[in-house]
Order: sequence, then C-alpha cells, then structure tokens
Amino acid sequence: MNYEAVIGLEVHAQLLTNSKIFCGCPVAFGGEPNSRVCPICLGMPGVLPVLNRRAVEYTIRMALAVDGRVAETSAFARKNYFYPDLPKGYQISQYDRAGEPISLDGGIEIEGEDGPRFVRLRRIHLEEEAGKSIHSEPGYDPDLSYIDFNRTGVPLMEIVSEPDIRSPREASAYLARLRQILQYIGVCDGNMDEGSLRCDANVSIRKPGDPLGELVEIKNMNSMRSMERALEFEIERQADLLDDGGRVVRQTRLWNEEERETFPMRSKEEAHDYRYFPDPDLVTVEIARSWVDEIGEDLPELPDVRMQRFVEDYGLPQDMARQLTENRARADYFEACVGQVAGDASGEAASQDSGEASGKAAGDARTVSNWMLSELLRVQHENRMDQQTLEERIPPDHLAQLLGQIKEGKISGKIGKDVLDVMAESGKAPASVIEEQGLVQISDTGELEGVVDGILAEHPDDVADYRAGKTKLLGFFMGQVMRATQGKANPKLVNELLRKKLAEG
Amino acid sequence: MEDLKDMTAHELAPRIKSGELKAEEVARDTLRLIEEKDPAINAYLAVRPESVIADARDVDRRVAAGEFTGTLAGVPIAIKDAICTKGLETTCASRILEGFVPPYDATVIARLREADAVILGKTNMDQFGMGSSNENTGFEICRNPLDTDRVPGGSSGGSAAALAAGTAVLALGEDTGGSIRQPAAFCGVVGLKPTYGRVSRYGIIAYGSSFDQVGPMARNVEDCARLLGVIAGHDHMDTTSSSEAVPDYTATLKRGIEGLRIGVPEEYMAEGLDGAVKESVGRAIERMEALGARVESVHLPHTEYAVAAYYILVTAEASSNLARYDGVKYGYRGDDGGASAGGGAPTAGEAGGVTGSQALAPEDRLSAMYGSVRSEGFGLEVKRRIMLGTYVLSSGYYDAYYDKAQRVRTLIKGDFDQAFEKVDLLVAPTTPTTAFHIGDKIGDPLQMYLSDIYTVPINLAGVPAISLPCGKDPDSMPIGLQIIGPHFGEERILRAAYAFEEATGP
Repeated sequence: MNYEAVIGLEVHAQLLTNSKIFCGCPVAFGGEPNSRVCPICLGMPGVLPVLNRRAVEYTIRMALAVDGRVAETSAFARKNYFYPDLPKGYQISQYDRAGEPISLDGGIEIEGEDGPRFVRLRRIHLEEEAGKSIHSEPGYDPDLSYIDFNRTGVPLMEIVSEPDIRSPREASAYLARLRQILQYIGVCDGNMDEGSLRCDANVSIRKPGDPLGELVEIKNMNSMRSMERALEFEIERQADLLDDGGRVVRQTRLWNEEERETFPMRSKEEAHDYRYFPDPDLVTVEIARSWVDEIGEDLPELPDVRMQRFVEDYGLPQDMARQLTENRARADYFEACVGQVAGDASGEAASQDSGEASGKAAGDARTVSNWMLSELLRVQHENRMDQQTLEERIPPDHLAQLLGQIKEGKISGKIGKDVLDVMAESGKAPASVIEEQGLVQISDTGELEGVVDGILAEHPDDVADYRAGKTKLLGFFMGQVMRATQGKANPKLVNELLRKKLAEG
Repeated sequence: MEDLKDMTAHELAPRIKSGELKAEEVARDTLRLIEEKDPAINAYLAVRPESVIADARDVDRRVAAGEFTGTLAGVPIAIKDAICTKGLETTCASRILEGFVPPYDATVIARLREADAVILGKTNMDQFGMGSSNENTGFEICRNPLDTDRVPGGSSGGSAAALAAGTAVLALGEDTGGSIRQPAAFCGVVGLKPTYGRVSRYGIIAYGSSFDQVGPMARNVEDCARLLGVIAGHDHMDTTSSSEAVPDYTATLKRGIEGLRIGVPEEYMAEGLDGAVKESVGRAIERMEALGARVESVHLPHTEYAVAAYYILVTAEASSNLARYDGVKYGYRGDDGGASAGGGAPTAGEAGGVTGSQALAPEDRLSAMYGSVRSEGFGLEVKRRIMLGTYVLSSGYYDAYYDKAQRVRTLIKGDFDQAFEKVDLLVAPTTPTTAFHIGDKIGDPLQMYLSDIYTVPINLAGVPAISLPCGKDPDSMPIGLQIIGPHFGEERILRAAYAFEEATGP
C-alpha cells in the first residue's frame, strides 16, 4: 500500500547573543562545567529574570527573513516540569494560551519531491535552554549523575512548521534551508554536532486524500542524516503497522542512532502536563513597529537574493552560484577572494576600457569559483577539515595570491594545486610555499631549450616517428620535459619549443 | 541606657550620627535583649552577633572619622527570613532550605546596608509565607509577646513579634495576602504593604510573584515612612519594579488630613467581624472625621470572591515557584542524599549525585528522591498549597479556575479604581479578630484563610495599605486599623496614619 507521509518539524536554534537570555552570563560552547553560571541561571531562591533585548531582536530578524508576522506584544509563560538539569523546575518559554509568541505565520520554499514546495511556519518563539545532564561519561563516577549548568539560560529560538513536509528528503531540505537562513542572518551557527541546532519531528502517514493520521513525535535526532534515517524508519514502521491491520498509537519515540530504530519513550516520561501559565516575573514585551523596521533595514542579504546577485554580477551559472551561496561563510569567502584578484588586476586593467575590465572580473570570478568548488573542497576532504578550519588555513587573500601567481605564469596550474595542499597543511602564504619548495616555474627559454634538446637527443626514434606524421607524440615529449623539470617547466613555452624544434629537423 | 523598646529609628539614627550614642552600644543592648527575651518568643531564626557588632563598629568608626553615614546609621533591623542575605542563612522558615546561605543580597538588603542599618538577623515566619499564624514554621513556633499563648499572626510574625518585644527597632516584612498587616495588627505595631512594584523583589524568595511585596514594619508611622524611603525605587534586576519616582515620605507626614475624603467599604464592616474590632475601628473612623477628614461609605462589590480568587492564583504561582526546591542544588536532601550542597554555585564536578535504592531504574530513583526531599522538606500547609496550585493549572481545569480567578482579579482591581475615583483613602479593619490562641485554627484551613479576608483584596488589586494600632480588645490584645490608598498613594496613607497616631498616641 502506498502512503503519504505528513511531517512537521520543530527546530531549536541557540542564538549567538553575547549573554544568556535572562542574566549576564556569557554564551559559549563547552568550558569547565558550571563555570558560566550565576544565581539567576542557577534558579537560586529569590532571583528574577531580566529579558535580553538582543535575543528578541534576533528572533525578529528570523521572523522577517521568513516573512513571519511579528507580534505587537508578546509574553512569556512557564512550562513546568521536574528534571535535575532544569534548575527552576520550569522553563521560561512562550505559549499560545499565555500570550502571543514573537512571530506567527510565514514560511520558506524548498526543493520538494516534485518541484518547489512552500513550507508554512506556525510560529517562532523564544525560550531558555536547559542544562546538560551527564551520565556515565569518562572521568565521571558511573554511579552518579552530574549536571553542567553552563548551557542553562542560553537563548533558544523555536521554529515550528506546519505539517507541510512530505518526505524525509524534504525534511532535510527544509532543515538545511532553515540553517542556511539562520547562518546568513547571523543569529545561530547552525552547528548540529554541538547541539546549537536541534530538531524534533511530528510524523503521520495517510492514504493520499485521507484526513491526517495519528501523529508520532520523534526526538533525539542529532544530525541531518540521523533525522532522515529516523523519518524513513518511522514512516516504514507506521506503514507496516497499517498494512498488518494495526493502528498507529499517538506517542513520543526516541531515535536510537546505534540501533537505527525509534523506541517509544516511557509513558511515564511523556505523560507531562506542563501547566503553562503566564510568567509573573516578566512584563509583556512591547515590540514597536519602528524597531521592527529598523531590524528589517539592517537585515543581511538573504541566500536567494545573494545567489541571484552572483549570477548577475559575476556571470556565474545558477548552479555554481547556488553552491557558492550554500552558506554565508563560503559566499563571503568568494567575494573577498574575487575582490582581491580584481584589486590586483585593476592596476593593469586601468588603461583598458571598462567593458574589457568587467569581462576580466567575470573571468576572475569564474576562476575563483572553479578553484573553490573543486580544489578547495578536495583539499578540505583530503585533510578531513571542516569548512571553517580550511578557510582559516587558506584565507581568501592567500587563494587570490595563488591564482595571481598562476595567472602571471610564475607557476603552472598543476603546481598550483600542489601549493594549495601545502597551504592547507601549513597555513602559509603561496609565495613562501613556492619559494621554500623551489616550485617557481621555469620560463627561461635558454634553460628550457637545453632540457628540450636533451630529451629529443635521448629519443631519436620517437623524433623520427613524429616527423613522419605521428604528431600525437607531442604529449609524450611534454611529459618527458615535465618529468625532467619536476613539473616546473612553463608548459606553454615547452609546447612552443618542442613544436619549433621538431619542425626544424 | 534607656529601654530599646522606647527607641525610634528617627531619633536613634541622628544620635548615632552625631556621635552622642554608639551604634555598638545599641547593637550590644539589642543582642542582650534578644538573648534574654527571644527564647520565650522565637521571633528570630538566625542571629550572628559577631557580624552585628562588626557592622555597628564600622558605623561608629565612620562617624568618628567624619565620614558620611546613611539615614539608618546604626539602627538595628530584623529581616524576615524570606529575604536573601548574603552570608547569612536564609530558609523561609522551611526545612527544605535548611543550611542555605545565599551568595547574594536581596536588593532591599543592599539598600539597607547603603543606609548603614545594622542587620540583626532573620525572623520567623510561616514557611514560604504560607500561613496567618506562624504555626506553619518549619522550626520553633513564634509566639505573640503580648500573650505567649497566642499567635503573632503571619506570615511575617517574627518581624512583628521582634518589634513588639523590643528586640528590634525596625523590621522588614513581606506581604503576599496580608503577611505584613495582619501580624502588625496582632502584635500592635505598624506595617505597610507598598504598591506592587514599589519595592524590588530581587532576592525575595517568591511565594506568589504577582502579589509579593516587601514592606517596612516599625513601632511608629514615622519610622515606617523612613524605612520605606530607603527600600523603595526601581531596580534593574526586577523588571516588574516601577520607575515611578520615590517621594520623601517623611516630608509630608505632618500635614494632617483636613479635607481628605475617606471611604469606609461596607463589605468590610459586615458579618464575621468581631464586635470589639468593629467598635474600635468605628471609633477610629470618628476620630479621623474629628481630625477634618470627610468620611463616606463606599462599595467594593466583588469582595466576597476575593479569598477564593486569591487562593487559586497564589497557589498556582506557588506551585511553580516552589518547584526549584528539589534537593538537587541546595538545601535539604534527605538521609540517603549524601552531600547536600550548601549555598553558592555548584563548582566543577560537584553537582552532586542522584542516589536512592539501587534496585530501581535511574528515572524511578530520581522520582523517589524528589518524593522524599519534598515530602520531608516542606511543611503540610506548603504541600497543601502546592497541590492546590498544581490542580488549578492542570490541563482541563485551567479555564475553570486559573483563568476565571484572573478575571475576578480584574473585577476587584476595578472595585478599587472606582472607589478611588470618589475617595482619597479607604479605612477598614485589618483583621476580623484579634490574635487567636495557638492551635485554635490550625486544624481548619478555611477558617485560617478567612482571617485574611480584609487584606487579600488589597494584594489582588496591587494597591498599598498600612496597618496601625487603633485600640485593644477586652483581653488587651491590639486591634489593627487598615488604611488603603490608590496605586503609589503611600505618601497619603502615611500622612493619614501619622495624623491618627499623633491624635491617639502610639
């Protein structure tokens, strides 16, 4: 039987504010346990929360980026439940019954199974992060549980979608898209490994056209891939149940990455009645229209707009522009690099007319783009680095310099790739790598002539064959010269020399 | 040296500032009195003589050096145990917080220290402010100094009793539904609950967050005005605190009440009111009329719903506010809990383990720990209110209880708004009866709740009110007169209270 999956996602994004949502403690990943805490985030008796304005601003920024409707007044509610890593015994969050969330509605477009799909958003709200429980980890007594409250009170933005997603792949596309937007507007680093971006899913299945099926919530999916796997598993599980004449039970299930299965949460754990009510410690947040407008004016360029601009300004194919704008860091890198290359070239180009100059800039952009999407990604892969590390090792001006050296003929493109490898390992500038490794291209005609003469002398038979019409042998001679010069010979010059010498005979 | 009981803060501070009287002498005298009298009263839960003497000496040293000293220089003050004091055990009179030493001062304490008051110690109360008799303390029951078989009232009973016994010159109380005014009435002292938002709640252990207000308690109106001036004002640590300017409450104190319009709510002089109280309050109203006030009758039509609405809203908030006492971070951990952390932030790797019967699954062991910590740590009345509050917020009951009670609260606010369009102040009894005997009402929570009937509506509306003595019943127990003002009407309340006090003698 064919079923249609109906999926909605709840995404939690830790905001990149300097301080926590209700106190002045710094926000940062890791750190000595319980080193970034104060009486307020520890929920000690008598303390009170004071809302971080920046956290609200970041949430409004996100709302504007996804066409959400920003509330004029928004309120906070208490979500009550007991857990040792929740120091107050309640989480300050937002809840419909107790005041409006910061944003309602809006949505984003993703690449769907059959063309573009618009996923509507239900709401975006702000809440506080809980602490981290530590059970049987190395260095800790396995008979005890430990709690690290460093994370407690980090501002957390929850983005809730409508059930508009129809497949695990679409869910991935949606999450990737959200992450991209979050990164572009600078409110979340989107790092799923460190948990700064997390996701829960609601899944049901139905026969096409039928009303919605019974809903199952899945938690504990810690990466994009585990989310896809979990959804695939869950859809199949529900389909099997229905095919066997059973029925789906509304419940919360946890994804187990090792077992590659979802398991029901203990019913005791999910039998929560959170007893939401308005938090009397926080006054209603009044969001002035003028403030929202101000935030809107300062909103960074969104990925779609930037992609389109890359196509138009740099003459790049759509596909390339999409890859370059996949994340903001990469797009920034590209533009910084093109700026450098163009800047270096503008001296030479100054006397030429502007049409030629811009054509040249487009050409440079294409070169930068080619190198980034092939060579940089290759180096990143081979060195098992993340993008950030690679971009730190090879900053945009270094790549620009390398491309400059190639363009000027100091080194060949092939040598350039080797130089890039060393740059990735050492973080050195291309000039010093070329210098240290003696990789400067041999462009001295006299020197090369000597080498060419030597090679031709060593292979009289091949020379004779060439002259008899077997011109394919040119490649063989090229190879020999390159080998003799450890690849440093200027290939253009060698080519010219070989043709000349072979023709001479 | 003269009897401390006769001393007032407004006389004491200038004498200490002038060097005529040593703060250390006053402090030693007070400590001696506490040692002598308090064992029979139990007004104090914690007193640290060394720091009292050290603080007093510091005031003397600065006076001698000609340095600036604050308005309460050297005045000994008792602090309700619901208010966090850095380095001094703060328990809210509950075993669940036994051993908790806050690493921070409440904002009101910081302001007292700036004013150079000498903090004596922490006073007894009903646990977490839940009670009207002090019988709900987790420790020794506090007794009324005027008759030790009777209750001092609650929940700020310890603060009122210390003032009545002469073991403090000033005191801080905290009022959620009458907890300053009712014990002030029972002990024959003066206590003011300020407008909600007038005084910072930072560092006040929350009971009902939308009701709680710290307020001054003293043996006379002028001291009350002075103390309010020190603690009032906006605090950036409490976003519910008001930025309304703080007037000099002592400046207008003596202007009299000529021409002031005073309303008497008929609903407060009705059924259930003790005869002696009614008579005494009636005479007080006549006295105020004689002083030039224009008295008229007013209506607060929703009064009869106040107690019910209050106990729904306040217990809802309490059920959430008290969730943090779980034995994990500080306070009571029970017998099987191993090391229960004291005050201060838990340090690296010292967050404490969750233990229990090894046979249980970890989650069940956790539940068992919560169960034993909270069953053993909280008193009966606290548990009753947590259950009540949990119930009214639970899914399916929210609209019928919490939401409806909120609407009643709005109506009650409206009652006061309308009354204050006609009159400047309201005058009423503080309590339906005088101090009752220990044990009389503890078995009947509803009776106990009804003793707050005249004070609770004021907290629901968030307006200010004072209680001051206006007479005695046939058993010589004091009767409290309540003067209620509009939002931020403290100045007017204090002026009327002062005029009445002057006319009748403190």
